Amino acid sequence: MSTHQTRTEPAAAVAPGRTPTSLTQGTGGLTKGGIGESTLRPDGILKVTGEFAYSSDLWHEDMLWGYTLRSTVAHATIASIDTSEALATSGVYAVLTYDDLPTEVKHYGLEIRDTPVLAHGKVRHHGEPVALVAADHPETARRAAAKIRVEYEDLPVVTDEASATGPGAVLVHEGRDDHHSGHVPHPNIVHRQPIVRGDAAAAAARADVVVTGDYVFGMQDQAFLGPESGLAVPAEDGGVDLYVATQWLHSDLRQIAPVLGLPEKKVRMTLSGVGGAFGGREDLSMQIHGCLLALRTGKPVKIVYNRFESFFGHVHRHPATLHYEHGATRDGKLTHVRCRIVLDGGAYASASPAVVGNAASLSIGPYVVEDVDIEAIALYTNNPPCGAMRGFGAVQACFAYEAQMDRVAAELGMDPVEFRQINAMEQGTVMPTGQVVDSPAPVAELLRRVKARPLPPERQWETTEGADVRALPGGLSNTTHGEGVVRGVGYAVGIKNVGFSEGFDDYSTARVRMEVVGGEAVATVHTAMAEVGQGGVTVHAQIARSELGVTQVTIAPADTQVGSAGSTSASRQTYMTGGAVKNTCEAVREKVLDIGRRRFGTYHPAWATAELLLENGRVVTDGGEALADLADVLDGEVVDLELEFRHRPTQAFDLRTGQGNGHVQYSFAAHRAVVEVDTELGLVKVVELACAQDVGKALNPLSVVGQIQGGTTQGLGVAVMEEIVVDPVTAKVRNPSFTDYLIPTILDTPTIPVDVLELADAHAPYGLRGVGEAPTLSATPAVLAAIRQATGLELNRTPVRPEHLTGS
Amino acid sequence: MRVTFTVNGREQAADDVWEGESLLYVLRERLGLPGSKNACEQGECGSCTVRLDGVPVCSCLVAAGQAEGRDVVTVEGLAGDDGTLSTVQQAFVDAGAVQCGFCTPGLLVAADELLERNPEPSDGDIREALSGNLCRCTGYEKILDAVRLAAARTGEAV
Ligand code: FES
Ligand code: FES
Repeated sequence: MSTHQTRTEPAAAVAPGRTPTSLTQGTGGLTKGGIGESTLRPDGILKVTGEFAYSSDLWHEDMLWGYTLRSTVAHATIASIDTSEALATSGVYAVLTYDDLPTEVKHYGLEIRDTPVLAHGKVRHHGEPVALVAADHPETARRAAAKIRVEYEDLPVVTDEASATGPGAVLVHEGRDDHHSGHVPHPNIVHRQPIVRGDAAAAAARADVVVTGDYVFGMQDQAFLGPESGLAVPAEDGGVDLYVATQWLHSDLRQIAPVLGLPEKKVRMTLSGVGGAFGGREDLSMQIHGCLLALRTGKPVKIVYNRFESFFGHVHRHPATLHYEHGATRDGKLTHVRCRIVLDGGAYASASPAVVGNAASLSIGPYVVEDVDIEAIALYTNNPPCGAMRGFGAVQACFAYEAQMDRVAAELGMDPVEFRQINAMEQGTVMPTGQVVDSPAPVAELLRRVKARPLPPERQWETTEGADVRALPGGLSNTTHGEGVVRGVGYAVGIKNVGFSEGFDDYSTARVRMEVVGGEAVATVHTAMAEVGQGGVTVHAQIARSELGVTQVTIAPADTQVGSAGSTSASRQTYMTGGAVKNTCEAVREKVLDIGRRRFGTYHPAWATAELLLENGRVVTDGGEALADLADVLDGEVVDLELEFRHRPTQAFDLRTGQGNGHVQYSFAAHRAVVEVDTELGLVKVVELACAQDVGKALNPLSVVGQIQGGTTQGLGVAVMEEIVVDPVTAKVRNPSFTDYLIPTILDTPTIPVDVLELADAHAPYGLRGVGEAPTLSATPAVLAAIRQATGLELNRTPVRPEHLTGS
Repeated sequence: MRVTFTVNGREQAADDVWEGESLLYVLRERLGLPGSKNACEQGECGSCTVRLDGVPVCSCLVAAGQAEGRDVVTVEGLAGDDGTLSTVQQAFVDAGAVQCGFCTPGLLVAADELLERNPEPSDGDIREALSGNLCRCTGYEKILDAVRLAAARTGEAV
């Protein structure tokens, strides 16, 4: 742990209009507003009045608009680029290509720096950035970009495992020398992780039934609503101030600064309002481009993607093909699992190696299986790059293993829920990686809960005035009044890791300041945590109230003037930055108590002998006796600490056997889906999607339920509608719009009853368990299972489209 | 060109508007009203919803010139002059209907219009009225809660 009591102030830069503001929130007289309460978001009022400054709302006098020219083909050499006409356009201030990059560092990447800032001699996927334009109006920039002449010479594309690893396959990256290149069987494989435990072959011989299946998971988009955007403002010291929507400021900074040739302290980043993320902002989008244009022109530059560009501006969820073999004995015990998961990472590595680790280590689900033989790989192809999305490798596996569980149960003639419960893991179960699950794992109980819930009544569309088509498959298209409509019910459960795994030094930093303002002790919490909508800012204020006994808590804007908070991903922020805030608050509390002892210790023996707490603006003993007002204790003093917080260390997975204590914590959710299917037209209406999840401790129950419902809906989306369609011949994206890439509307989304369990994890702050991702896992297979039950079809791919149900 | 119209009760003019600019762009970039959002600029998400002569429209699909002389209400026009939140705004805060909030301005304008037209909407009515407004964060449950809450509070108040 390190302590920094001072920090350098940022060099003076003209702050843009509509910059992020601090959020100050009191709780009024009645409620204490501490942890466990459903306090309201401190940014809620700004968000309902339209005043909250999202990254696309930023504005600066004299600002220019940046625009990115992207490749129109998937794989080609660039024979020439002619920017002269664009540059000569009135209103254009700069046009940049690879040749204009200022330093030797011309690539970036989360783990492997393989992504060119601008294409150099070659493009590897459709939509790759080739050139940048800055102009005085966004339309001028777009039109100028259209005048840039790029001559492409097509190269053959690799798009799947067969083409990427077959004889003579074109290499997506020649001459790889990253830390995975030595152990992969082919240069078009980013990373490979086998896991071998027990003896799957011997166990298979004991199986009474063996079920194999091949599954396909389509490419899902995060589809956050706030487009990629930000504002880069050149500063007098030669540096740049960057206001941007991201998931992890410090990871961006580490990738941006070397490309600009600036020390990190001269790239000052501030989080702007983030319109959702879901993994799609873990990689850079406009950050470096905006800074390059600002430094070149000497003017502030704003870049905002439109939705079309957004589909090319961030990585997607890896599509996958999955092969599984499950065996079981007559009494319903799993004997073994063999599986092979092939993830398509697209043209650049992004988070693929970590997604492989997750897919492999979580590939058999929350079940006890002693004999396994697992392999997961991610490919390099010329498809769009894929990386982080909510559920991160565990989602694809869950879709397949839950389909398998249903099929094995059917083979055995057992109830699918009962079969899962027989094999459900619990505290003490050993994972395929050899890691012992050392906190509650209520898998059987979660299933019991969703199953015990009464089913929604049949034929809910019937009203006294006839059929309410809004409640039927096809909805307002008015395609049925109930004819041909069949109901199905399906179940699924999943397991997700929380936090960064495989030996990563995952930490978060919080700075907490306590002082007296206007006669009242108040606290300020400063972290670099990216609030992307999840409610971290709400929880930080709650933690500060609980630990410091104050009412008024100010959440300072997130920026790089404080240490890293790590990423808002992997369900980790409440655990990690929440943990950091708790940890720093505890240290601040000790300092405050020291001051109190110094000032008042001689007046009351309890200062020396009792356990002391800070509550409701006072120092109290654990017996409830008030010793002093915090305002009197602090008087003129300010306590200000910045501390790092780490979760317990994890280990890398062995590259050959996959053994290792790779994960920090596991989280579990189960779903029951009730669907109604118009079997004639192949249209699906999800009627109810009930979830039960263990959250360890709900720091803010309202937000927890909101996370579960939101995650569930994204799982529903990829079950029945969401897929980026990539042309198998050209590797070009066919549907980069909300017209053709559908996400669930309020009419597509059913009621989502949520049952929250709180079984504490003794290793985690307050016993909490990361919430955000687990519900995204099991929602999809539950919906698929329900559709299978309604239709009797096998349905081995997701999303399910009408033609899969009608056979035409 | 110059475009003049009423926004949230005040007459506003924007100069040098290029013919292709949308009402959304003029509101956000020329009139300093960035509350209406730009999630798709393709008419598919509803985040840019404003009322044009009382009717909810996607302002990204309305050419700025079409607003000439007309009456526009944006999310910035929902709260009272003293900053008091409208019933719908307060209900969204209270029900937890706001996560990232990017969908919120458009949903508020649409919900406000629904409740004006239909003070006691059924769940089906709410879903139908808000079906043009995408939200990626909430799963819509709390948005339904918020509209129900706003309807109930409005009912109590009369
Ligand atoms: S921004 Fe207008 S409908 Fe999406
Ligand atoms: S709250 Fe984020 S899109 Fe609705």
